[in-house]
Amino acid sequence: MNSTSEARAEGASRVVLRTAAATQAIVAASIRRRNRAEWRFRAYGLLAVSAGIAFVLFLFGTIIGQGVSVFRQAYVELPIYLDPQIIDPDGTRAAEVLQTADYQSLIRSALRERFPEIEGRRNLRELYSIISSAAFIDLQRRVVADPALVGQRLRVDLLADDAVDSLLKGRTSRESPEQERRLTDQQLGWIDALAADGSLRLKFNREFFGNGDSRDPEQAGIRGALMGSLLTLLITLLLSFPIGVAAAVYLEEFAPRNRVTDIIEVNINNLAAVPSIVFGLLGLAVFIIFFGLPRSAPLVGGLVLTLLTLPTIIIASRAALKGVPPSIREAALGMGASKIQTVAHHVLPLALPGMLTGTIIGMARALGESAPLLMIGMVAFIVDVPQSVFDSATALPVQVFLWSDLPERGFVERTSGAIIVLLLFLLIMNATAVILRNRFEKRW
Amino acid sequence: MTPAMLLVAIVALSIVAFWVGKSRSLALVGGTRGISRLHSLPDHYGFLTALWCGLPALLVALTWLGFQDGILLRIVSTHLPPEVRALPESQFGLVINDLRNVVAGNVPASAVAPSTAAAAAEYLRLRQIARLALTVLVFVLAVVTMLVVRARITPRLRARNHVERLVEWLLFGASTLAVLTTVGIVLSVVFEAFRFFAIVPPHEFLFGLDWSPQMAIRADQVGSSGAFGAVPLFAGTLLISAIAMLVAVPVGLFSAIYLAEYAAPRVRRVVKPLLEVLAGVPTVVYGFFAVITVGPALRAWGEALGLSVSGESALAAGLVMGIMIIPFVSSLADDMITAVPQSLRDGAYALGATRSETIRQVVLRAALPGIVGGVLLAISRAIGETMIVVMAAGLAANLTVNPLEAVTTVTVQIVTLLVGDQEFDSPKTLAAFALGLVLFVVTLILNVVALYVVRRYREQYE
Repeated sequence: MNSTSEARAEGASRVVLRTAAATQAIVAASIRRRNRAEWRFRAYGLLAVSAGIAFVLFLFGTIIGQGVSVFRQAYVELPIYLDPQIIDPDGTRAAEVLQTADYQSLIRSALRERFPEIEGRRNLRELYSIISSAAFIDLQRRVVADPALVGQRLRVDLLADDAVDSLLKGRTSRESPEQERRLTDQQLGWIDALAADGSLRLKFNREFFGNGDSRDPEQAGIRGALMGSLLTLLITLLLSFPIGVAAAVYLEEFAPRNRVTDIIEVNINNLAAVPSIVFGLLGLAVFIIFFGLPRSAPLVGGLVLTLLTLPTIIIASRAALKGVPPSIREAALGMGASKIQTVAHHVLPLALPGMLTGTIIGMARALGESAPLLMIGMVAFIVDVPQSVFDSATALPVQVFLWSDLPERGFVERTSGAIIVLLLFLLIMNATAVILRNRFEKRW
Repeated sequence: MTPAMLLVAIVALSIVAFWVGKSRSLALVGGTRGISRLHSLPDHYGFLTALWCGLPALLVALTWLGFQDGILLRIVSTHLPPEVRALPESQFGLVINDLRNVVAGNVPASAVAPSTAAAAAEYLRLRQIARLALTVLVFVLAVVTMLVVRARITPRLRARNHVERLVEWLLFGASTLAVLTTVGIVLSVVFEAFRFFAIVPPHEFLFGLDWSPQMAIRADQVGSSGAFGAVPLFAGTLLISAIAMLVAVPVGLFSAIYLAEYAAPRVRRVVKPLLEVLAGVPTVVYGFFAVITVGPALRAWGEALGLSVSGESALAAGLVMGIMIIPFVSSLADDMITAVPQSLRDGAYALGATRSETIRQVVLRAALPGIVGGVLLAISRAIGETMIVVMAAGLAANLTVNPLEAVTTVTVQIVTLLVGDQEFDSPKTLAAFALGLVLFVVTLILNVVALYVVRRYREQYE
């Protein structure tokens, strides 16, 4: 009996030992598995973050890579004789005469002077097409501004044609067969000659910053769109800041807790998530069809963007008001100030930085918005720079949209350039908001 | 006086009124020495006078200016010759448009029909009179109210209380503007959509499979059937949104998890704003990116694999839209994950769970309602997104689930139907409002549900 029970006990302990070892092995395996799962999970997270960052870098890299060259443009510097016989044969120097004079032929004779050996209509036409057909506009502007220039010999930077510009920037190749190129072999020869003596060069692109829209890529600029955006944002700011702050003050400081204020609150939160194009439909139906305000005007654009940014501003302003501690209000009320005085003299100044931050962020959103502006017609081909909020205008993001549709290679560069300018503005606005928040926001 | 000058004049008059009221109150008590006999501060009397002077005048001016154009057009159009007035509505709209252009100075009067030019001249003459009348009215109103208030100022007048009640009403008015906006959206969209449904029955619009909104202008025109079945648009919208969510949800969710649970605070401080940059980029930039980079790249890869990829494939638009939505998903998910109390995590660790097990089985499960709410908001963003699809998706309404083909969306059609059109009465333009109604209702439902879910979730852990 003893021996059997001993044997049984020994066997049992061996089983225990064996199962312990087995369990250990199982546990070790499962820990390895779990650690691998842990490692995989972490890798997914890292992958997702790097994918996000890669998108950011790729997006900005592409846009900047394509657009940065727009800030320089090919100009041909030529001496031009402002021949009084051609500009103003009667010697009246009247603005009308100077305006309508044939500057094109002055440019052409300057080109012939530079290349006296070229003859024949076809060859001359090829020569003339090196210079942009719009190059005379700048010359005209200068002469109209200063009639005393007539009769003088000026060295003028003439805007080169889009094809020349793109050759100089290395975007078109010389190697492809002549029929497939926009420039012929002899044009290439002249271009090389002009480049060799330094008269054809890339210079600061004054057209891009000084002009409105144009059908010629070398002539198209963002001045009109920038002005349109500025006027639109001005209206938006003037309306949405006071109204937004007033609404936030009411809801946060005065509103009784009841159904009406509940409805207003839910409404504001929902409006913040309504697609922007629906605001465009509202603007079209109410401001343009019902009230008959002019189409394409920055005024209407500003009104629509006001409605669009109001929820953002109200929500940010309420958060700023919430951040002011109740002790400030209690102290003011305790000193005998009325509720309005408490808010106006004490709460508002303390909440102002937060409100301004929210407003700037709302303005940045409004600056990048284009869908509602399409609805109200701010999407036309407009050459003139708008002067007032009633003029027809377009906005910077809409200009990007318009240009992105055009097939010419030069417009891809313009589009990216316009985007760079737009992003630069957004960067400045957001940086201002961040600085404002960091410098003036008090932590209680 | 032009409207802008009038507004400036009203402001100037109010400033004058302020000084009138203030000095009157001081004069009543014999200067600053007697100030203690006044019920309110002198400034309050000034504000009271200024508000009573400026507000009614402003209200009258704005109402008048809002309706002036419509009334004048109605009057002027009665002067048009009867044969012009008998024109069908669409052509009459063109005449009115000419008239407006002449009035605005965009077109010389010689460029339009003589009757229109005469009407434009009449319009300008009437507007001159109307402006003069308005100027006189506003000035008289402002000065009269200013004098009435001045006469009623006494030392016992409770000016402060009056001013404060007025200001409170103004603040209340500002806060109702949000409600008015919603009402405006609903009314304008519903009104125009009902006009559309009077022409095209709603069931045909909601369930029809054929979309070709070009109406025949002439009876013999080919290919302009004017079919308004919106199902292909809904399908296209859903397809592109689904692709976008397939990109945005995994990337956004995993980066939120990584940044909230794994990353060192220093890394988080740098990477989080970097990702949020994506949210600040205007959508038109994404659209350009899709057209210029992603579309051609997909096409080239498709060719290499022997697939035919459309230049305006749903895939390109969806991918880029997904990139746009990443920060939206990730910041919402981040909020939700950080809202989960630390005690839940500690409990899981105490039971021997690894970090990923804790996250998957405890944190994510606790945060699930909030994350679902965030994803619903993201879907509503994707459905309402306009510029990316306008630039990168197609115009033809194909009913397909193949992401390599071109599809069109609700927002694209709204834009194409309305941009560049001058008349707002054809079924074609009214269809845009019907689509807008659908878009508004769908996104509203998504938002309400999502905001409700998120709020319930937040309250759970507060």
